[in-house]
Amino acid sequence: MVAQVHPSPPEAEVVRLHRPVHEAYDVERVRCDFPILARPVRGRPLVYLDSAATTQKPRPVVEAMARFFDQENANVHRGVHFLSERATEAYEGARERVRRFLNARQASELVFVRGTTEALNLVAFTFGRARVGPGDEVLVSAMEHHSNIVPWQMLCEERRAKLVVAPIDDRGVLLLDELERRLGPRTRVLAVTHVSNALGTVNPVKRIVEIAHAHEVPVVVDGAQGAPHLPADVQDLDCDFYAFSGHKIYGPTGIGVLYGKAEHLEAMPPWQGGGDMILSVTFEKTTYNRIPYRFEAGTPNMAGAVGLAASLDWLAALPLEAARAHEEALLAYGTEVLSSVPGLRIVGTAPDKVAVLSFVFEDIHPHDIGTVLDREGIAVRTGHHCAQPLMQRLGLQATVRASLGLYNTRGELDALKVGLEKVRRMFA
Amino acid sequence: MSSELDDLYQDVILDHGRKPRNFRKIEGANRQAEGLNPLCGDHFKLYLKLDGDRIEDIAFDGSGCAISKASASLMTSAIKGKTVAEAEAMFARFHTLVTEGPDKVSMADLGKLAALSGVCEFPTRVKCASLVWHALKSALASQPTVVTTE
Repeated sequence: MVAQVHPSPPEAEVVRLHRPVHEAYDVERVRCDFPILARPVRGRPLVYLDSAATTQKPRPVVEAMARFFDQENANVHRGVHFLSERATEAYEGARERVRRFLNARQASELVFVRGTTEALNLVAFTFGRARVGPGDEVLVSAMEHHSNIVPWQMLCEERRAKLVVAPIDDRGVLLLDELERRLGPRTRVLAVTHVSNALGTVNPVKRIVEIAHAHEVPVVVDGAQGAPHLPADVQDLDCDFYAFSGHKIYGPTGIGVLYGKAEHLEAMPPWQGGGDMILSVTFEKTTYNRIPYRFEAGTPNMAGAVGLAASLDWLAALPLEAARAHEEALLAYGTEVLSSVPGLRIVGTAPDKVAVLSFVFEDIHPHDIGTVLDREGIAVRTGHHCAQPLMQRLGLQATVRASLGLYNTRGELDALKVGLEKVRRMFA
Repeated sequence: MSSELDDLYQDVILDHGRKPRNFRKIEGANRQAEGLNPLCGDHFKLYLKLDGDRIEDIAFDGSGCAISKASASLMTSAIKGKTVAEAEAMFARFHTLVTEGPDKVSMADLGKLAALSGVCEFPTRVKCASLVWHALKSALASQPTVVTTE
């Protein structure tokens, strides 16, 4: 999809920036990397509109993991033998790959975890537990996923602290002045999502961090939906923590990343105890390993880390601006298509959104809509999207959510519209 | 439209989903239970008036998808006036119907519940159809607690 050019790096950047967007991004070519997209579902071509739940995996990711198992597998950080050395190189190479992706200052600021949920739990129960005491407050937004609510709620219960919520408006936009008003003298942590999984709202994280830091409050960012769509430069955002999952960014399940500023990670107590997180153990005393290993007890998900690195390589090889423009164009087209369906209301109309289209349709229950669409080969998510407080705020029980990825096409959004007409015929 | 889909959303189901029977609160109910499906947010309250061993009145309110609402409507219609033992036997037949299929149960014994015969082809929807039945079981066992299908 990109012409073979081998100029020096600065020239390459220039070439990329000036290439017309529509020429640079070939979605059919991108789809070829995903064999699953070619399989029929229920006798029809698959229309996969559930990438916010999990993305499909491009071939290079699957191949990198297979290669690791076939050629390099051994336990890391332990053996003196050849394969252990190779596995350690692969695993630590993946950490360095993630460092470049997030533009962290050093690779030791990246902790490999199972996913965003585990990352947020880790922060809550190390950093949070050390910082939050009786009468203190933890601030979250009204649009958080359960995984950025429940760990903080558990912590607040344990520490007899208070969970405070920053409100949103009816479009699903976080109210920054209301957020700032809630940053009080007892606020110890602000936990906020980069992008809403249910609505697609993009939060101005950089601005939020500035506001919070002015009140000396550290910021934990849930990047599960942000990292797959937006630049996640942790130095630019200046957030204290940033968490994301491999499987939502074209990588495998079971691997995710917690970024934490070194000064925080150094000061944090360990989380889980076990092998690899120690320097020495006696029955009297254990000395903990340096960061990030202090937070990686047990044999890690080595193949997962390799797969994640491969997914970041795969992304980096795409013409990035054109890829983002493709997603933006899909969002605009999808918004237009769905808006033309009588009786359909899009939920989440923030001016700054990623390609997530949440909606309700007549008074037909989203579950019934999902079942009928499924029979047309169309995969959407229905329900509360693990954001029940957000649904309550919006006065809804559930929505249908079509979430898009780099492989989706306009034709698939047209298919969604046709499917919805079938839903109407069945239930109207 | 696939025929499995037509089997799931039979006219009886669509009718009961749109116009559920026994959709009200019973004042003075002496048994009560809630059914909650955390996956999709379906939430029903079930009210019973038990006279000794007989279900004198039964009704429900709340909200949910067409399948869960129709199932609640059909269930309340089917067991009103029945004894607890008869209701439990009905539950067993219903359960076999939605998990194993119409071949495994006598359709004549099911009455209108037979309209739920298409559910077994949709494993993700069995929970919807079962929700209110689990609430019934909980109400009959005098455990006025929220039951979930998760």
